[in-house]
Amino acid sequence: MSTLQTFRNAARTLAAAAAVAAAVLPTFASAGPTLDRIKERGVIKVGVGTTPGFFAPDSAGKWQGFFIDYGRALSIAVFGSPDKVEFTSSSPQQRLPALQAGEFDVLLSGVTVTITRAFKLGFHFGPTIFYDGQAILARKDLGVKSASELDGATIGVQSGTTGELNIADFFRKTGKAFSPVTIEDTSEFLAALESGRVDAITQDSSDLVGKLQQLKKPDDYVLLPERLSKEPLAPAIVAGDDRWLEIVNWTVYATIQAEEWGITSKNVDTFLTSQDPAIQRFLGVDPSLAQDIGLDPKWAYNIIKTVGNYGEIYERNLAPLGWERGYNQLWTKGGLLYAPPFR
Amino acid sequence: MIGFKFRSGDGLRADLRGLALSLAAVVLCLLVLRELADWLLVQATFAGDMATCRAAEGACWPFLVAKLRFILFAFYPTDQLWRPIAVIVGLLSLMGVSALPRFWGKGLLAGWGFGLAAAWGLMSGGVGLVPVSVNDWGGLPVTLLLWASCMGFAFPAAILLALARQSRMGGLRVLSVLYIEVMRATPMVAILYFAMLILPLGLPEGVIFDKITRAAIMTALFFTAYLAEVVRGGLQTIPPGQAEAAAALGIGYWRMVQLVILPQALQKVIPGLVNLAIGFLLATSLLAVIGVFDLLNAAKAATTDPLWLGFHDEAYLFVAAIYFALCFGGSRYSLWLERRLARG
Repeated sequence: MSTLQTFRNAARTLAAAAAVAAAVLPTFASAGPTLDRIKERGVIKVGVGTTPGFFAPDSAGKWQGFFIDYGRALSIAVFGSPDKVEFTSSSPQQRLPALQAGEFDVLLSGVTVTITRAFKLGFHFGPTIFYDGQAILARKDLGVKSASELDGATIGVQSGTTGELNIADFFRKTGKAFSPVTIEDTSEFLAALESGRVDAITQDSSDLVGKLQQLKKPDDYVLLPERLSKEPLAPAIVAGDDRWLEIVNWTVYATIQAEEWGITSKNVDTFLTSQDPAIQRFLGVDPSLAQDIGLDPKWAYNIIKTVGNYGEIYERNLAPLGWERGYNQLWTKGGLLYAPPFR
Repeated sequence: MIGFKFRSGDGLRADLRGLALSLAAVVLCLLVLRELADWLLVQATFAGDMATCRAAEGACWPFLVAKLRFILFAFYPTDQLWRPIAVIVGLLSLMGVSALPRFWGKGLLAGWGFGLAAAWGLMSGGVGLVPVSVNDWGGLPVTLLLWASCMGFAFPAAILLALARQSRMGGLRVLSVLYIEVMRATPMVAILYFAMLILPLGLPEGVIFDKITRAAIMTALFFTAYLAEVVRGGLQTIPPGQAEAAAALGIGYWRMVQLVILPQALQKVIPGLVNLAIGFLLATSLLAVIGVFDLLNAAKAATTDPLWLGFHDEAYLFVAAIYFALCFGGSRYSLWLERRLARG
């Protein structure tokens, strides 16, 4: 029996298996509130993926990355410690069924918010923590500055993703020709681009930036400015547990609000003496707010002190890969990040 | 490669053709080896960080040094690494001992039972050891442990299943045929998805096996079916006269199976058994689809660290070397065993 053949057969049934599971599982979904379950277990189960900068193991075997830091922030909000969280890697095909099966309390694996997932599949989404979108990475010697100038290009797309449809739609709109080449794997994408088998590759920008870093001569390639799709990435939970959703929501908002106020992990202690009542409530100097949520009054303080505000999390994990803030900037600075008031 | 033997009748022309082919093959091998040595040693980087490696053309050894721990043991806590190391050494020794016919017997079976239980216990902790969540297991010990556990279960189960398929009891035979055919008609990834998503629903409330245990149970059941077919192939080579003779001598069924049928049947299918065992070792890498960090998946994940981004060649070649060592060892062993048993 050949492993490869098993794998091919399997790939075909895989989508079917996931669909069956998704259809069967909701009726079995646990009714108990997630937070009670988490506290009883003593650990938050978080589903993640593997993409450089977002979630990747370091040399010592610890998870690091942008989404990982949000998992740690949740652990701090619930337990006051960043280590009461268990990260499990999950492939894009199985992560939603696994969430529904109760394998995870929250998915921080870069799930795109869509209306189908909200209504038909029964998931709730927290605030978008990363605004992603499908982009094109092209060879510089094509001499194009924008995707609409591409004509007759050979473009590598990941097989079995919405990326295939998006790129076809895009070229139908521009009326230019292109030929798609479907590619399976990260290393194949790089090889195809470097060997000249394709002129450009298209994937979500979060994947492309990591790839750009891995190319032998990154300066020979350019990330075109267009975004062919909207991919707002947000934490996902199983629908039906409002309280847990609010904890996820406000954990994210706390990091955004802290950046807006200029509170960082380094200077957070100096804000403890602030006279601003909103900041006093936020940092737990005035404990009235936390009583309603049922968390430690210093939950937000602890998050900022340990993992930092949104900007710090971004700088630490994504800036080394050459990420710019783009849409992922505070609303006061022209981006889309906006936290509701803490009052 | 060079030691071709020619039949005497082939004459000079065939001899020359053979020589030319041999030479061409040798030259090709040397060319490949030279390229490989060039990449592995001459052009390689032996010290430095990602930037130093990127600037050079060859292999990045510092990447392997930095990632060795992760590729071999994944997320297992660093201060507890002696445990997976002990599991690797223990399982490899157990396999080594089992390879020698002189140790075959009831003692060895007990040794396997004890060894596997000890390996699972050592990995998960408890009884004085710090508990380590299955979620943090990974790398080589998981690959070996799953392989050994599944083979340990599948081998005896497959013999029973193969005997049942040959049984004169109709119900037993039909059940066995049904089981084997259903399992063989299902792709392994579907089995893994079943283990991951459907199996937990079928278990009573409160009984929750972890992901790796569930996957181990299902893959063991899966390979039992394949193994049973190989064993059946062996059983069919034994002439019915032998069983009849044994019965005439008043030997009971189980003693007849144990003393007459199995020793001959299994010996005939050694290549098939080893082939399947090797295929199964390689198939453990499919566990990646349910998020288990087996050896191959750990190597893949090691290339996503922003500090050591994208050294795919190094990571894959390293695990390829490990898989090759295990598989090549297995196939050489099978050759040796066949020759030895044929002699004995």
